[in-house]
Amino acid sequence: MLIIDTEACIGCGLCEDNCPFDAIHVEDGKAVVNDSCTLCGTCVDHCEVEALSIARDEKEGIDLAAWSGIWVYAEYRNGKVAQVTNELLGVGTDLAAQRGVELAAVLLCGEAGDIPQQLIAAGAHKVYVVEDPALTNFTDDSYGNAMEDLANKYKPEVILAGATAIGRSFIPRVATSLKTGLTADCTDLAIGEDGHLHQTRPAFGGNIMATIMCPKHRPQMSTVRPMVMKANIPDANRQGEVISEAIAPERLKSRARVVRSVLSEGEQLNLSEADVVVSGGRGLDNPEGFKLVEELASLLDGAVGATRAAVDSGWIGYPHQVGQTGKTVASKLYVACGISGAIQHVIGMKSSETIVAINRDPKAAIFDVADYGVVGDLFEILPRVIEKLKERRS
Amino acid sequence: MRIVVCIKQVPDAKDVRLDPVTNTLSREGVKSVINPYDRHAMEEGVRLKELYGGTVTVVSMGPPQAQAILREAISCGVDDAILVSDRAFAGADTLATTYTLSQAIKKTGEVDLVLCGKQATDGDTAQVGPGLAVRLGMPYVTCVKKITGVKGQVLSVERMMDDGYDEVEVDLPALLTVVKEINVPRFPSIRGLRKAKAFDIPSYTAADIDADPDQLGLGGSPTWVVKVFPPEAKGDRTMLEGSLDEIVEKLAEILSDSAHGA
Ligand SMILES: Cc1cc2nc3c(=O)[nH]c(=O)nc-3n(C[C@H](O)[C@H](O)[C@H](O)COP(=O)(O)OP(=O)(O)OC[C@H]3O[C@@H](n4cnc5c(N)ncnc54)[C@H](O)[C@@H]3O)c2cc1C
Ligand SMILES: Nc1ncnc2c1ncn2[C@@H]1O[C@H](COP(=O)(O)O)[C@@H](O)[C@H]1O
Repeated sequence: MLIIDTEACIGCGLCEDNCPFDAIHVEDGKAVVNDSCTLCGTCVDHCEVEALSIARDEKEGIDLAAWSGIWVYAEYRNGKVAQVTNELLGVGTDLAAQRGVELAAVLLCGEAGDIPQQLIAAGAHKVYVVEDPALTNFTDDSYGNAMEDLANKYKPEVILAGATAIGRSFIPRVATSLKTGLTADCTDLAIGEDGHLHQTRPAFGGNIMATIMCPKHRPQMSTVRPMVMKANIPDANRQGEVISEAIAPERLKSRARVVRSVLSEGEQLNLSEADVVVSGGRGLDNPEGFKLVEELASLLDGAVGATRAAVDSGWIGYPHQVGQTGKTVASKLYVACGISGAIQHVIGMKSSETIVAINRDPKAAIFDVADYGVVGDLFEILPRVIEKLKERRS
Repeated sequence: MRIVVCIKQVPDAKDVRLDPVTNTLSREGVKSVINPYDRHAMEEGVRLKELYGGTVTVVSMGPPQAQAILREAISCGVDDAILVSDRAFAGADTLATTYTLSQAIKKTGEVDLVLCGKQATDGDTAQVGPGLAVRLGMPYVTCVKKITGVKGQVLSVERMMDDGYDEVEVDLPALLTVVKEINVPRFPSIRGLRKAKAFDIPSYTAADIDADPDQLGLGGSPTWVVKVFPPEAKGDRTMLEGSLDEIVEKLAEILSDSAHGA
C-alpha cells in the first residue's frame, strides 16, 4: 500500500496533480489516498519532501530461479506461421541474450512438416513440437492444456504470444491455470536492471502508457501486438534443436469442437501489408466527406484506413480501423486526414515510414508523430490535392 | 437455462482525454457507462431467455457507484442483479478479478451459461472471460459473433478469427465472450424502468463470497503497474506553410514521391 508520512507531508498537492488515476487528494492539508490507487509510484516520484512510499506485502514468492528461458508460442494455422511469431522470435532473441538464456519456440499442430526449421531460421534455439491430430484445429482446451503442461515441465521464465485472435483467446487460460500474471497487447518489452520483464502497453482508456511487471510469479506472460516488434532476417544456416513432446490424450480432449473453418474473402483487405494507407477520422464530418479519403487512396494506389470514430459513425467498415482495437499498419506512407491523434489510433500507425497529417487544429496530437503537417481545412485541401495528383498522373 | 452476464462500468471512451499540461487523465465531465461489449452480452442473454426460457442475472464487480449499470441492466430486461463490492477488491488485475467474480458466481448457484463482453474498453485486456471460465471449470469460446442453436447440452456458435470465422460446438455449462456483431441491444422498456427503480440490488462483500483474502485486490494481483507515462512525441516534423496553392503543390509532391518510392 501507499504509505503517507503525515509528519513530512506539506500538503503541496504535487501528488494530486500528477496522479494518473485520481487516487490521491489533499484533504485538510495532508495527502489522502483512495481505492483507485494502483501503486504505480508516480506520486512517490513527484513528492519533493519524501512523504510518500510504497510498501508491498512481502508474501512468500515462488522460487524465481527455478524458471529460466524465453518461450515464444509459434502460431500456426491453415499451413501458415503467423508473421507475429517471427516478430516475437526477433524480440525474444534480444531478451534471451540479455538474460543469458535460451530462446525456444513452442509449436502445437496436427503436422509439423518443415515448420520447426523455419522457426530455427527465424531465431529459435530450440523448438518444442507437439504433433497430434487433436491439435489440427485450434481449441482453447487442447492448446491451453498442452501449453500449460509444457510450461510446468520446462519452467520458462517468459512466455510470449501474438495478440491475435488465437493468442488472446487461449493464453489467458494458460496464465490463469498457472496462477501467474499476463499483460495484454504489449507494444514494448525489455529486461530491466532488476532482471524482470518490463511490459509496456497503452492503458487506462486514455493517452497513457503503462509499464507492468510480474515480479513474484513465473512465467511472466505477455501477448504482443503484431507489426510492432522487428523480426530477425531468416537464416537457414542457423542451428537449433527440435524436441518432440507428447501430451497425455485426455489433456487434448476439448469440450469445444471446431465444426468448420470459414475463410473470409471479399473483406480480404490487406491494410496491414499496404505500402500506402490514407486514413480518415471524424474531421471528414460525413460519409460524403469520407469519399475524399477513398479517392485520395485510390490515386496513390493505397488502402483506406479509419479511426474508431469514423468506423463508429458508420462511414466505413470495421476491417478498415487502424489502432489498438483495429489493425496495425507499418506503411511507407500514412496520410492522416481529420484525425486528432489519440494514442489508441497512433499505436496502430506510428511505425509507418512517412506520416503526413492534415488537421485544422494546430495543437492536434497527430502532428507529434507526423513527418509532414498541414494545418488547414480538409474540404479546401483534399479536393485540390486530388486535382493536382490527377494532373500529375496524366 | 440459467444465464449470468458479467458487466463492468467503464468511463465513456468518447470523454477520456489526456490533460496536455499535467499529463494526467482528465476526468471532468467523464460519464460512466456499461462497457459497450457487455451491452451485447446482456442482450444475448435476454434473447436466449426469451427463446428457451430461464433467467438472466447480471453481476458486476466494482465500487458502489456500479449499482447504476446494474439498474440499467434491469431496465433492459434482465431479471436479477448483483453487485460485488468491497474495498478489499480494489486494484485487482485480471487474475484477482476472475477469482472474485468466480466466487460470486458460484455463490449464486448452478449456472448453464456465462456471458462476457469480448473486452472492457478501459483496459482492453480481453482476459477476464477466459480466466473466469478456467476458475469456473467451464469450456469457453471467445469473440462469438453468432449463437446458431442449442441442442440439449451443446451450444453452436460462430467465433471470429483473424482470417474468417470458425463454427464451434461447445458443451454446456460454458462461457462465451461476445463481439458487437452478435446483436443490436434494445433500449430500456417502460416496464423495465419501473422495475429497475424499485429493484433492491444486493451487494456481496469478500466475506459473503467466502473469498481467500490473499487472492483479492492489489495484494492478490501478480501484475504490478510500475510506471505510467505519456507517449513520446516524434518531434522533428516539417509543417507545410504558405498560400493554399503553395501548400497543395508541396503536399501533392510529397504524397506522390513517398507513395511511389521516391
Ligand atoms: C480502449 C480504447 C481503444 C480504442 N481503440 C481505437 C482504435 O483502435 N483506433 C482508433 O482510431 N481509435 C481508438 N479509440 C478511440 C480513440 O481514443 C479516439 O477517440 C479516436 O481515435 C478519435 O478519432 P478521430 O481522430 O477520428 O476523432 P476526433 O478525436 O474527434 O478528431 C477529429 C479531428 O479532426 C479535425 N478536424 C475536424 N474538422 C476538420 C476539417 N474540416 N479539416 C481538418 N481537420 C478537421 C479536428 O481538429 C480533430 O483533431 C480507442 C479508445 C479507447 C478508450
Ligand atoms: N469488474 C468486472 N465486473 C464484471 N465483469 C467484468 C469485470 N471486469 C471484466 N468483466 C467482464 O470481462 C469482460 C472482459 O474484460 P477485460 O478482460 O477487462 O477486457 C468484460 O466485457 C466483462 O464482461
